[in-house]
Amino acid sequence: MINAAWLIPLFPLVGFLINALGKKLLSKTLVSIVACGSVLASFVIAAGIFVELLGGAAAQTLNLGELLNAGGFSVSLSLLIDPLSVLMTLIITGIGFFIHMYSVGYMSHDDGFARYFSYLNLFVFSMLMLVLGANYILMFVGWEGVGFCSYLLIGFWYADNANNDAAKKAFVMNRIGDVGFLTGVFLIFITFGSIEYAQVFSSAAAMPAGLTVVTTITLLLFIGATGKSAQIPLFTWLPDAMAGPTPVSALIHAATMVTAGIYMIVRSNILFTLAPITMEVITYVGVATALLGAFIAITQNDIKKVLAYSTVSQLGYMFVAVGVGAYSTGMFHLITHAFFKALLFLGAGSVIHAMSGEQDIRRMGGLKKDLPVTYLTFLAGVLAIVGLPPFSGFFSKDEILAKVFEHSTLLAVVMVITFMMTAFYIFRMFFLVFFGSFRGSENQKSHLHESPSVMTIPLIVLAVLAVAGGFINVPETLFGHHALANYLEPVLRPSLAIIFSEEPSHATEYMLMAVAIAGTLVMLAVAYSRYLTKSHVPAASENEQSFLYRLSSRKGYIDEFYDMIIRKPLDWISSVLNDVFDKNIFDRIVNSVGELVVEGSSVARLLQTGKLGFYLFIMVAGITAILFLNFMF
Amino acid sequence: MITIALLGLPALAALFLLISRSAMAKQIALVATIAELVIAVVAAVQFAQNSSVQFLAEYGWIPSLGIDFKVGMDGISLLLVLLTAFLMPFIVYVSFKKKYDNQAAFYALLLLAQTGLIGVFTSLNGFLFYFFWEVVLIPVYFLAILWGGERRVAVTFKFFIYTVLGSFFMLLGFIYLYLQTPGGSFDITALQSLQLSRETQGWIFWAFFIAFAIKMPIFPFHTWQPDTYAESPVSVTMLLSALMVKMAVYGAFRWLLPVTPLAVEDWGNVVIILSVTGIIYASCIAIVQKNLRRLVAYASIAHVGLMAAGTFAFNSQGLQGAMFQMLSHGIGAVALFYVIELIYEKTGTMEIASLGGIMSKAPRLATIFLIFILSTVAMPLTNGFWGEFLLLLGVYKYSAVLGTISTLTIVLGAVYMLRMYQASVLGKASAATQNFEDITFQETLILSVLVVVIFWMGVQPGIFIDVAKPAIETMLSTATQTVLN
Repeated sequence: MINAAWLIPLFPLVGFLINALGKKLLSKTLVSIVACGSVLASFVIAAGIFVELLGGAAAQTLNLGELLNAGGFSVSLSLLIDPLSVLMTLIITGIGFFIHMYSVGYMSHDDGFARYFSYLNLFVFSMLMLVLGANYILMFVGWEGVGFCSYLLIGFWYADNANNDAAKKAFVMNRIGDVGFLTGVFLIFITFGSIEYAQVFSSAAAMPAGLTVVTTITLLLFIGATGKSAQIPLFTWLPDAMAGPTPVSALIHAATMVTAGIYMIVRSNILFTLAPITMEVITYVGVATALLGAFIAITQNDIKKVLAYSTVSQLGYMFVAVGVGAYSTGMFHLITHAFFKALLFLGAGSVIHAMSGEQDIRRMGGLKKDLPVTYLTFLAGVLAIVGLPPFSGFFSKDEILAKVFEHSTLLAVVMVITFMMTAFYIFRMFFLVFFGSFRGSENQKSHLHESPSVMTIPLIVLAVLAVAGGFINVPETLFGHHALANYLEPVLRPSLAIIFSEEPSHATEYMLMAVAIAGTLVMLAVAYSRYLTKSHVPAASENEQSFLYRLSSRKGYIDEFYDMIIRKPLDWISSVLNDVFDKNIFDRIVNSVGELVVEGSSVARLLQTGKLGFYLFIMVAGITAILFLNFMF
Repeated sequence: MITIALLGLPALAALFLLISRSAMAKQIALVATIAELVIAVVAAVQFAQNSSVQFLAEYGWIPSLGIDFKVGMDGISLLLVLLTAFLMPFIVYVSFKKKYDNQAAFYALLLLAQTGLIGVFTSLNGFLFYFFWEVVLIPVYFLAILWGGERRVAVTFKFFIYTVLGSFFMLLGFIYLYLQTPGGSFDITALQSLQLSRETQGWIFWAFFIAFAIKMPIFPFHTWQPDTYAESPVSVTMLLSALMVKMAVYGAFRWLLPVTPLAVEDWGNVVIILSVTGIIYASCIAIVQKNLRRLVAYASIAHVGLMAAGTFAFNSQGLQGAMFQMLSHGIGAVALFYVIELIYEKTGTMEIASLGGIMSKAPRLATIFLIFILSTVAMPLTNGFWGEFLLLLGVYKYSAVLGTISTLTIVLGAVYMLRMYQASVLGKASAATQNFEDITFQETLILSVLVVVIFWMGVQPGIFIDVAKPAIETMLSTATQTVLN
C-alpha cells in the first residue's frame, strides 16, 4: 500500500481538474461525487497505509524523480511516508471528506458550486503536498498552495470587495511569514548542502545544541509559522478570513491549513530541539497568542469571529506545547482541536444556514428547539473545547498544562487563566445561541429549520470524534499508555534522545486536572448566571463599556496599529517615490542631460536643427547599410 | 545552417512584405513566425546537451577588421532563441485586430526585429553582436514612432537617444578589446581569452554595464521604460519587455562576465546593491500605479532587478535562476500585456480605477489573468517560482542581508499584483465593464498555450534548466579559475 502513496495527492488534483475544466458541463450531483469521491479515495489509501504502519511497517521515502538540479541545489519529487505524515493525511482527508460532504448541502444554492469544489479539492491537494513532501521545497510548494487556495476561498464571493480585502490581507500576511520561511530554507541549504529532510536531519543530529546558525534557521522558519498558523504578530488575517464560506473556515482555518506551522515544527523537531532560544521564543509567543485570542473572543458577537479568535488561541496552545519540547502533545491537541473546532464551525454554519445568513449571536437565542441535532452536536464540541472530562479536549489540554507546569509555574498559571477565559467565551456563545428566547426577526423565525442530513451526518461523525478523540493518548495517570506518543516516537526519536523530560508525579497531574476542571466549572457558572439566569444580551453600543471591554471588542486595536506602522507608511513611501523621486528627480536628470546635449549642439551649430535623435539614427542606419552591402557583395 | 535559417527566414519574410505590399501581410507574418518556431524546435531536438557551441556558421565579412559573420548556439543561446521564436507568433497575432495604416510595413518591421534578436542571441563575434544589437533598435524605433500612442514622438525619442547612448559605450568597449587582441579580432574566443589587468577590466566592465543597465533597465537608468511601455503599440511593448530586456541580461552572460571576471569580483557588489534597491524601489512605485501597463512596467523593473542581482552574484544558482527567469519573465510579460490589451479592446481603458467586475462578466479571461499573475508572483508549480527561488538563493548566498531584502519582493509583488487584480477584475462591474464580453474560444485557446507552458515549466523545470546548465557551469568554472589565478 505504501507504494501507492503517490495516489493520495493525485486524486484531489484530478478532482480539481475535472471540476475546474468541466464546471459548465457537469451537474451538481456529478461535481459533488467527483469532489467528495476523490478525497474519500485518498482517505482510503491513507487508512490502508496507517494500518500497515501500525502493523510495524517501516517509514519510507518514495522517490518519483528529480525536479531540478542547479549547481548542487537538487530538488527531488519524493514523498515521505512516516507516522507523522500519514497522521496528518488522515486528518486532512478524513475531516476533509466530511467537510466536502457538508458543503454539498451548505453550498447547494450557490451559483459557484463547481468553482467552490474545484478550489476545495485544490486545497486538499496542496495540503497533502505540504505534509507528504520529503523536502523543504515540496513543503513550500504546498505551503504556498494552501495559502493561495485560502485566498481564493476567502474571496469566494468576489462581488463584495470586503471579502476581497480579507482575502488579499490573508495572502499578503502569509507572504510576510514566507519571507522568513524562504530565507530559512536558503540558510538550511547553505548550512547542510541539501534541502531533503533525510540529509538535513541526519546532519543536524550530529550537531551540538545552541549553534547560532541553527537558532537562526529555526527562528526564520518560525516566522513562517506565525504567518500560516496565525500567531503574534501575524494573526490578524485569520479573523478576517471568516469572510469565506463557513465550511472553508472549518477545513482551512481551523482543522488543517492553520496547523501547518505546528506540522512544520514537529517535522523539523531535531532542528528546533537544538535551538533552545527559539524554543523559548515559541513558548512565549504561544502563551501570549493563546491569552490574547481568548481575551478578544470574550466580547465578539459574530459567531464566526468568536470561533476564529478561539482558533488563534487554541493554536497558541499547540505552540506552547511544541515550544516546551512536547511535540507529541502539540500533535495531540492539533488532532483533538481539528475534531472539535471543525465541528463547532460546521455547527455554526448550520446555525447561520438556518438563520438565513445571520451571524450575530445577539439576534439568535433559543435555537435548541428548532435545531436539535445541531444543538446536541454543538454541545459535544463545547464540552470538548472547554476540556471537561472525558471529552477529547480534556486530555490534550491537560497534557499541555502538565508539560508547561514542568517548564514554568508562571506560564502554567497563565494557561489556566486562558482555559478559564476559553470556558467563559464558549459558554457565553453557546447560551446566547441555543438558550433563552429568540431575538431575531419574524422572518428569520419562520424560516428556522434543521439542516438536511447531508449536513447533519458530518456533524454527528465529528461529534463522536470530539467526544471520544481524547482516548487516543490517555496518560498513565488515567490508566492509559500514551498511544499517540508511542506511534509518533520514530519521528521524534532524535529529539527525545536530547530532551530529557521527567514525567510529573501523579499527584501533580491530578492537582493540575482538578484546577483546570474547577476553573472551567466556575466559568460555566458565571456564564450561566449572566446569560441564562439574568438573560443578559451584549449591548449594541459599546460606549458605556469599560476600557478593558472596548480593548477586547475592538480586537486590541491591532489592525489600527498595523495600519499606522505598516500600511500607511508603505503607501506614503510609494507615493513619494513615484511622485517625487521617479518623476521629478531621476527622470528630470535624464531629461536635462538630454536637453543640455541638444542645446550644446545647437550652439555649436554642428547639428543645425538640433534634432539629435534624427542624426544619430541616420548615422546608425547608414553604418548598418554600408556593412550590410559590404557583406552582400 | 539551422542558425542561418533562423536568421534568414524572418528577414526574407520581411523583405517579401515590403516588396509585395501584400494585403495578407499579417497572415504571412504569422505563418513566418510559426515556421520560425518549427525551425527553433528542430534545433532544440538536435541540440546535444553539452557546453559546446553548436549549429556553427562562419563566413568572412570584413576580414581586414577581424569582423566575421560567425553565429552559433550553446544552451544559453538556444533557450533565448526558443523564447524568441515561441513568443513572436503572439506578438504578431496580438495586433491582428488593429486597423493600422500600412500594415505590410508594420509586420515587416516586427519580423526584422526578430532577425535582429536572433542575431543578438547567436552572434559569436563582438562586432556582429553590436551590429545586431543596433539592428533591433531600428524597426522598434519606427514601430513606436509611427504606430504608437499620443505622446509617441517625445517618448520614443527619449528611449532611442538613451539606448543609443548606452550602446555607444559598449561599442567603445568592444573597440578597446579589439585593440588588445593580437592581430586584431572581434571573435568571441579571442576576446574571452584576453588577459586584462584588473583595472582595465574595471573600465570595460562599466562601459558594457551602462549599455546593459539602460536596456534592462536597472535602477536608476529606468525612466525611459514606463512611458515607452505605455505609449508603444502593444506588439512593441511586448517585444521590449519580453525579449529586448533579455538582450541585456544575455549580453552580460556572454560578453561581460566571461571577459571581465576580475571586475565582476570588484564591482559586482555595486551592481547588486543598485539592482536590489531597484527591486524595492520599483515594487513600491508599482503599488501606486493607476494604469495597467505602467504597473506591469514597474513590476518588470523589479523582476529584472532581481535577474541582474542574481547574474552578478555570479554563482550557480544566481546564473541558472537568471537564465530560467528570463524565460519565465518573457512569457509572463507577453501574457500580461496580452490580457491588458484584451481588456483595453473591450473597455477602451487601461485605467485600473475605471475597471472592476470582470470576473462576473468574463470568468474565462479572469481565470487566465489570475494564472498569469500567479506566475508573476512566483507561485510554486508555475514557472515564475523556480526562477525567482534560484535567484533569491543565489543573491542570499552572495549576501544574506541583500538576499533577505530581495526576498521582500515576494511580499511587495503580492501587494501590487493582487491590488491590481482586485481593482480591475473582482468586485462589481463599472460603467466601462458593464457590457464586457468574455474572450472568444479562439482567444481562450491562444492564451491557453501560454498557460500550458507556464505550468509545464513549473512542474518540470529540470528540462529547461538542463539545456543551459553545462554552458553556465563551464563559464562559471573558467571565470573562477581566472579569479583564483
